[in-house]
Amino acid sequence: MRMQSKGRVWKFGNNINTDEIIPAKYLVTSDEKELGRHCLEDVNPEFPGRVKKGDIIVAGENFGCGSSREHAALAIKGAGISCVIAKSFARIFLRNCINIGLPIIEKDIFRFCKENNLLSIDFKKGIIENLSQKKKFTMDKFPQFIQEIIQNGGLMKWVKKNIR
Amino acid sequence: MTITEKILAGHTNKKEVVPGDFILADVDLALGNDITAPTAIEEFKKAGGKKVFDPEKIVLVPDHFSPAKDLESARLAKRLKLFARKHKIAHYYELGRMGIEHALIPEQGLVSPGNLVVGADSHTCTYGALGAFSAGIGSTDLAAAFITGKCWFKVPETIKLVYYGKLPKWVSGKDLILHTIGDIGVDGAHYKAMEFTGEVIKNLAMDSRLTMCNMAIEAGAKNGIIAPDEITYEYLHSPLSTLHSLFKSDPGANYAEVREYDVSKIEPQVAFPPLPSNSKPISRVGRVLIDQVVIGSCTNGRISDLRTAASIMKGKEVKVRTIIIPATQKIYLQALKEGLIETFIKANCVVSTPTCGPCLGGHMGVLAEDEVCISTTNRNFVGRMGSPKSKVYLSNPAVAAASAIKGRIAGPGK
Repeated sequence: MRMQSKGRVWKFGNNINTDEIIPAKYLVTSDEKELGRHCLEDVNPEFPGRVKKGDIIVAGENFGCGSSREHAALAIKGAGISCVIAKSFARIFLRNCINIGLPIIEKDIFRFCKENNLLSIDFKKGIIENLSQKKKFTMDKFPQFIQEIIQNGGLMKWVKKNIR
Repeated sequence: MTITEKILAGHTNKKEVVPGDFILADVDLALGNDITAPTAIEEFKKAGGKKVFDPEKIVLVPDHFSPAKDLESARLAKRLKLFARKHKIAHYYELGRMGIEHALIPEQGLVSPGNLVVGADSHTCTYGALGAFSAGIGSTDLAAAFITGKCWFKVPETIKLVYYGKLPKWVSGKDLILHTIGDIGVDGAHYKAMEFTGEVIKNLAMDSRLTMCNMAIEAGAKNGIIAPDEITYEYLHSPLSTLHSLFKSDPGANYAEVREYDVSKIEPQVAFPPLPSNSKPISRVGRVLIDQVVIGSCTNGRISDLRTAASIMKGKEVKVRTIIIPATQKIYLQALKEGLIETFIKANCVVSTPTCGPCLGGHMGVLAEDEVCISTTNRNFVGRMGSPKSKVYLSNPAVAAASAIKGRIAGPGK
């Protein structure tokens, strides 16, 4: 996992569900680049075309609710997003992000970010900085068990090391 | 401990677990479908998986885009079939034996009280109705379970939901769960277990119990659960197990929250777009014209749902296109024997082979721009059934059937 990321903010509200992140009609592939081309298009039609590698999603409550489709996490990763920061995540989506190595942070910074603000995240120090507004936030660490999976580079690598 | 905590502890080497504990638990059944399993199979191969942990404990059901809606979905289903063949998966259901997974698996008797089930489908929580701990996971989780037979969990807190009073006519498990989600919100049970209890649940038929647990995910829950009882064992055609007393919550169990509902005050519910929590009693719906009705899905495609719909449609004709989807072949055949299919066809409904199809905007009833559908399914998110400009309302089968006859959202009457 990369220890730092820096990118522009894309804001999304509460209860963004997996049907919105990637509609079912695109679930005929699990290629993350292809999924990324349609990511969140029904919520913000400009997003898939204009998102840049490294950009950061900032959202409200219950991000990723709905179906278990891992394609939702893959689509966000494929679109080039380097981290999703939300007030809270739906549980299957959270598992999927951890399992595939898409960085997520549970933190309510929605009010303190404007669209297109420049954010930088230092995962090691646990600091999120809004460079446009000169504001700093600390983030909570995940529980030890989850950190282990993240540090191993996802669930399958953790499984290989710990179970087989 | 609660029933959820007991089942989780029983699948680890721990005597006791408390909410917040991280555990690595043995799974009794691991499930995937034609959308989620191909990704799991890919991960399985990438990790160098050679053998599945137990071919008897894996279930593969091609139900979402089945019968194949296009070339890509045919390829997905083919990958399922080839994996099942190679690894001698005992419970692979080819078209013809296939049904919607969460209706099929209980019907096939694959889940018993006290089991721990994981599935790469969010509605895997359905099997809590049989007194099992059952939760949706992702494809990579499923791949790990294929190899190891294990899955990690954070032990959830439990919300106890108590239902009392006399259930009014036409009010079913669907209405109880829509009312509950309306009360607590789409993240009201975030990461938690929803334990459904009380005199109403004790007397509630299995089909309605399955519907309630099915939609626990729509409140953000990890699992829904109902302690097994006579109704459970009758449904499973198995004698009341001496074990069954193990699978209930202790009198002193800790709950994050307890909520009570007087069901005698609950009307049939309609959830307005775009969230299942936007539920209103039918008397407060107002005039909503519709273009399509869907009766089916893992939520409400069981025989009792079809009986209810047919009882309302008998001798009448629908005003809008109406799609009826029995959830399994067995349900389809039973409906045929009882004359329900004839009732539907005479009413000008379309009857389809089992598929998840329209529920997720896959096929067999996708909505165009500005079209409005009332559906017995589980989600009414923006674009869920097709165009992001279409609208989906959720209800029980009685309201959906009555609405089909009237061409607008309507209650089934007295």
